[in-house]
Formats: sequence, C-alpha cells, structure tokens
Amino acid sequence: MAAVAAVKPYEFEAADRLENFHGNQLLYIGWDQHLMFCAPFCFPLPPAMPFRAFVEQVLPGAFGYHPEFKQIDWSKAEWLASGQPFKPDWDKSLTDNGLAHKAVLRLRTPGLTGIKGSAT
Amino acid sequence: MDMPVAKKKLGLKERYALMTRGLDWQTTYQPMDKVFPFAKYEGIKIHDWDKWEDPFRLTMDAYWKYQAEKEKKLYAIIDAFAQNNGHLGVTDARYVNTLKLFLNGISPLEYMAHRGFAHVGRAFPGVGTRVACLMQSLDEIRHSQTQIHSMSNYNKYYNGMHSFPKMLQRVWYMSVPRSFFDDAVTAGPFEFMIAVGFSFEYVLTNLLFVPFVSGAAYNGDMGAMTFGFSAQSDEARHMTLGLEVIKFVLEQDPDNLPIVQRWIDKWTWRGYRVLTLVAMMMDYMLPKRVMSWKEAWEVYFEQNGGALFKDLARYGIRPPKWLDQIEFDKDHISHQAWSTLYQYGGASNFHTWMPSDEEMDWLSAKYPNTFDKFYRPRFEHWRDEQKKGNRFYNMTLPMLCQTCQIPMIFTEPGDPTQTCYRESTHKGMKYHFCSDGCKEIFDHEPEKYKQSWLPVHQIYQGNCFNPGVDPTAEGFKPLPVVLDYYGVGFGRDNLDFEGSEDQKNFAAWRGAATTNV
Repeated sequence: MAAVAAVKPYEFEAADRLENFHGNQLLYIGWDQHLMFCAPFCFPLPPAMPFRAFVEQVLPGAFGYHPEFKQIDWSKAEWLASGQPFKPDWDKSLTDNGLAHKAVLRLRTPGLTGIKGSAT
Repeated sequence: MDMPVAKKKLGLKERYALMTRGLDWQTTYQPMDKVFPFAKYEGIKIHDWDKWEDPFRLTMDAYWKYQAEKEKKLYAIIDAFAQNNGHLGVTDARYVNTLKLFLNGISPLEYMAHRGFAHVGRAFPGVGTRVACLMQSLDEIRHSQTQIHSMSNYNKYYNGMHSFPKMLQRVWYMSVPRSFFDDAVTAGPFEFMIAVGFSFEYVLTNLLFVPFVSGAAYNGDMGAMTFGFSAQSDEARHMTLGLEVIKFVLEQDPDNLPIVQRWIDKWTWRGYRVLTLVAMMMDYMLPKRVMSWKEAWEVYFEQNGGALFKDLARYGIRPPKWLDQIEFDKDHISHQAWSTLYQYGGASNFHTWMPSDEEMDWLSAKYPNTFDKFYRPRFEHWRDEQKKGNRFYNMTLPMLCQTCQIPMIFTEPGDPTQTCYRESTHKGMKYHFCSDGCKEIFDHEPEKYKQSWLPVHQIYQGNCFNPGVDPTAEGFKPLPVVLDYYGVGFGRDNLDFEGSEDQKNFAAWRGAATTNV
C-alpha cells in the first residue's frame, strides 16, 4: 500500500480502533436477497456475547419487519464471514467463533427470495 | 520633447497581461520553496508558470463590475419572490424537500470550495493561476451567499432548514458530501484542482446544477431558478479553468500524466458517488420531473463527457475507471438511494414518501428493465404497510463505506440482487467498501481514509450526544438524543411527508390565497 504524499510524516490512529467502543466490538450483518433493508447493519456488541444471543436477541429487532423473517429455518441458514463459508457455534461467543472487531457476516436463507421474489 | 500619450483604454489582452504577469518576484531572504511549500510535494512538475493562460482573460476590475450587475438583478428577483409569496406558487410542498437537500448539502460545499480555492490560490507559484483561483474563490463564496439568501425565504415557512451549517457537520447522510470536500481540501493544491476544478466542475457539474435549476424552473420556484442562472456564467468560467488546469499540467511534463490520471479516476468516482443524492432527487423528489437520472447521465456524462475524454486522449488521458459499472448502475442507484432515505426517514432532516401510481408508471417507463422487476414490489409493499399504519422506519444503524461514507446500499456490478461487499485489511484492522472504486481509493492512501468520521461508528463511540447525556442510564434510547445533537426536531423536520406540518401549512396557505376563507 502506498503512503500519503505529504510535507511531513503522516501517521494517524484509526478512528474506529477497538478501544474507542467502550468494551464493545463492531459486527456487521447483511441478509442476502433481502434488500428491503437497504444496507447491512452495524452493531456494537460485547465480544463475549454468545452467537445464539446475537441471532435470537439482536437480529429480530433489525430484520423483524420483513414478513419472511419469521419463516427462516435457522437449521438451514447459511453464513458467510468476509465472503467465506462460516459455520458458527451458537453457544460460543463471538470471539470464540473467530469474529473479531469489524467482522462482516452474510446470512443466506435458501428458498426465501424476498417480496414477490424481487430480492426485496 | 515628445511626451508619451497613454492610450485611452487597454485592450483585453493587454489588460490581462498587465494584471496577471510580473506581479511577484524571486525572493532572496527565503528560498522560493519555503514561500510556496506545497508546490512540489505531490510530484507534479511545472517548468514555466507563464504558460498558464486564462481563456476568459478575466481581470479583477472587470470581475467586480460584471458580478455587481448580476447580483443587483438577482436580489431584485429574490425580493419580488418574497413579497409575492412566491413559495405558494410551487407545484407541491414536496418540492421544498429538494431545497432542503440543496441548502444542507450543497450550499455549505460552495463555501468549502471558496476556502479551497483561496488556499490553492496562495499555494501556486504562478501569478496567472493564482488570479484565476482567487476569482473562483470569490465566485464560490458568492454562490454560497446567494443560495442561502434565495432559500432563506423558504426557511420562514418550512421545516428542516434552520441550522444547515450544524447539520452539515452532524447529520449522518451529510457526511457524504462533507467528506468529499474534506478529502479534496486536505489534498495538495494540484490534486484539489483536478478534484474540484476538473472532475467536479468540468465533468460532473452539469449533473448537479441542471437538475436543480431546471427542477426549480419546472416546479415554479423562481427564486432558486434565478440563483442558478446567475451562477451559470460563473460555472462556464469554472469549467474552462478546470480544463485549462489539466491541459497546462499535462503539457508541462510527461511525468505528470500517471499522477493526473489517477486523480481523474479517483475524483470522478468520488463525485459520481456524491451525485447519488441528485439521482434520487431527480427521480423521486421533484413533483414535476425534468428528466430521469438515467437520461441526464446519458446526456451530460456519456455524450458530453465522452467527447471531452476523446479530446484529452491526445495527452494520453483515458476515460475514468469503473465506467462499465456506472453504466450498469444508472438503472438502479436512484431507486436504491430513495429506498434508503425512505426507511431512515426517522433520522433525517427532510420528508420522504412513496411514489403515487402515476409516479410509479413514470418510473416504469423511464426504467423499463429494472423498475418493475426490482423496485416496484418493494415500494408497493411499503405503501400497503403504510396504509395499515405500519410505515417502515428502519431504526437499526447501517454499515457504511469507509471511503464514500454512503451506507452499503449498492449492488454487485451486474447483479442488482446482491449487496456489493469489498474489504481491505490495513495494520491488522478490516475496512469495508461499497465498490471496487472506493476500495482502490482507500488502498492507495489507507492512512488518510482510516481517519474517516463515519457517523454510525461515531454514534456507537458516544461522540454524537450533547453534553450531559448519559448513555449508560437505565432505558437509554439513542435516537432521540442523536437527533437532538443533529438539531432535528423529531416529527417536525423528519418522517413521512404525509401528515407533516409542511404539507398541512402549504395546503392551508395556498387555500387562503385562492379561496374566501
């Protein structure tokens, strides 16, 4: 990676380093084929939060408006982390699932294709 | 003895030469490089600053005279508009929301452009260039002022326009235009000139001003239309300056070409991303449409821009990168953006709404390959839910692109059903992007973009509350305190147009003007 052209040394801290989030880390998640939610979501979460709590307590508030959310068969749900297949252990923490600060997840729900199949 | 007789009047060429050349000197107490410390570090090589030629040959005396005349006319029209309650003549109170977008998002950028040109005007060692930058700097502050004056009349009657400088700094989606300009003014003087002078003023400006000014004309807004026309002759000069910059820099040294090409790629992409807001405005916010975003893009970018880049090919310049993606996306971005502002209508500073049947048919006709397939089902679903009292307000904060700062709303090149995810890792931390363009811009200067002030992350860091707010308190709700920090009145400045104070007042006032109540 190149450096910034500058008249003197150019070194700054990242604005979003982990220690700025008061003990939380950021986790992003998008639901594939469900663009009613215009963009993936961003959450500040405790690294020790079990994956199950993330799915059962955090996601309904974010995705619950979609009529297909209730139809999700979680045993068949597929996950991607940074675009790679990911098999979460629901009873382990985010950290123990290998999800570090600013990890990004994609949820795939085969068979659910959005409002009238429009990927909405 | 023969006395030389001064000629009565200098010609344009002589006057320009006298007022833009030989005005400075070679310093002796300090080296020139210390007097102009920003002139060389970007790697651009200039051998002869006198080769700079302003095609308008405008000098300061002519500038004052000309601008004063224009300003007099403009303010006469603004006064007449105010005295005649001109605001009641617009097509529909929904129109005023385009002005909110403009006043909050664009007018402060004119001010930033003023500061930027003042700065680079000081930084260049060539006098002709400095004079041209000085005049553009003055233009930009005038534009900022005339826009504010033209729209202040609306501020007396409609919501959401009461604290635009604060909102530019704070409201989440305003970080998109703001970061664009912050990026430009923190670059070196040559990059600023390519970014703003060339890429924005030359390549993209028609896509900003024509939609707003024609939109004002089509929708009966004499005030906004007039400032547009008043600014137009300045814009023509700015475009010429932008083109002169690029030709001048490229003719000075062959080593400048790759640097300039990378800036053109970067700033065309950055500017295009900012124009997403204009795309949305054209297709959804003007009650009387001018043309679709897609049509505007085809005329002002594909045709006009295509001719420009053909012309620049003799310098070795090729068209900007990622144009294939832009061409594909012209069928999508306005719909994706309106979906975004509609659902985050609880956190913004203007009103949104779902298009009527007639408006959806217009969209189907303008976007025959995409609207009915991807967007109509979404909008009809939302409209049905709204009728049931279940209007969609998304209350969960979105993931943002590290570079353009727009929520990650854009889709994969070629696949409008799949969100586009890109990421880079820099010094052990991940960064996320909406596109290849934004990722490549980051990858070239990660030390710059890792400082991005991303509104969502800033809220989670606790930096978007007024003093005295305790986010650890029992039952703490972030949205009301964040809106308080933004200066947005919940339910008055935001939410749906249907049922808004703007809608009710406009109907009542226009009713009072046309009936005997």
